[in-house]
Amino acid sequence: MNIGNLPFVVAALLVVFGIYTFLFKRNLVKLVIGVSLVETGVNLFLVTLGYRTGGIAPIYTFAPQAQRMVLPTPQALTLTSIVIGLATTALLLSFAVFIHRHYGTLDVRKVKELQG
Amino acid sequence: MRKAVILVAFLFVGAFLLLAATSMRPFGEPTFAGMDDHFIAETQAEVGANNAVTAVVFDYRGFDTLGEATVLFAAVVGVLALFRRLREDEA
Amino acid sequence: MNSGMSIIVRTITRLVYGLAIVFGFYVIMHGHLTPGGGFQGGAVVASAFALLLVAFGAAGVKGKLNAHLLQSLEEIGALAFLALGFVGIGTAFFYNLLANSGSLFGGPVLPLGSNPGVFNAGGTLPLMNWAVGLKVMTGIAAIVIVMLIGARKEETE
Repeated sequence: MNIGNLPFVVAALLVVFGIYTFLFKRNLVKLVIGVSLVETGVNLFLVTLGYRTGGIAPIYTFAPQAQRMVLPTPQALTLTSIVIGLATTALLLSFAVFIHRHYGTLDVRKVKELQG
Repeated sequence: MRKAVILVAFLFVGAFLLLAATSMRPFGEPTFAGMDDHFIAETQAEVGANNAVTAVVFDYRGFDTLGEATVLFAAVVGVLALFRRLREDEA
Repeated sequence: MNSGMSIIVRTITRLVYGLAIVFGFYVIMHGHLTPGGGFQGGAVVASAFALLLVAFGAAGVKGKLNAHLLQSLEEIGALAFLALGFVGIGTAFFYNLLANSGSLFGGPVLPLGSNPGVFNAGGTLPLMNWAVGLKVMTGIAAIVIVMLIGARKEETE
């Protein structure tokens, strides 16, 4: 176990906390918060995959001369992932509003009937 | 009884994730960096932009950005359609 | 309930929201030179709009903004992005035809290495930044307005 691996462990911890939240909580809004935590953990993991020791941002405007640059591709993938997380959270919250309007409660154990 | 099964499954998945995170490659040395070295070296000559991340998002991998624009469009249409039904329910 | 927050918050919002919108446009426009681009700048402008909505309440903005107009603008942004992909269809889909060509955004050849940025470069990149920025701005604004008005209407029954 390398002490320099701490960023990977933090990303895995975020995912574990998110899974705990949406398995063991009863309120519907807390479930949505749990899903958002899992997405945040995955984005952090993607960004820390592309780091080079002693590197600077991959931008040439006013860059210091002759330095290593970090990889730009994982940052591009993380941009896409953040926007998709936004779309998922917006639709989940719309469904939560709809369920509260129909059943009068936000408790996950009481919204089980499949009637109209 | 059901809660005990869920707890055991969650502990198993959590232990697996943490074990995988501690036994990854060292942080700070990417294993395969050939494609990204080509992107960093050739951005200013081929694309003409100073920002390598924007060049990757819109030029070298523009097709992924098209997919993401489609997902955002689908989300907006979905939310607007859902709330139109709510307004018609009470009118 | 529908009248928003206190008078201190409303005064400061009136002073600040123009600055936030201008900063968002700056982040969108210089996407090919400094960190930023279409998605990031669109999120900044949408957060300025959300600040307006929170400070003035649903009653304050109901007559002024139409969710369907915002959705039409978002569709125009998506179609513009797709049309820019077809510009260089002679070689490939999403081919950067205007880079280093001397016409609209392909001006002087960029000096290699570290330089203070040249705005007139990048090919179709700045145009794509504008299309995606418009899409994200109006999309998030439409979502926030529809959810606020749709959720408030059930409380006044």
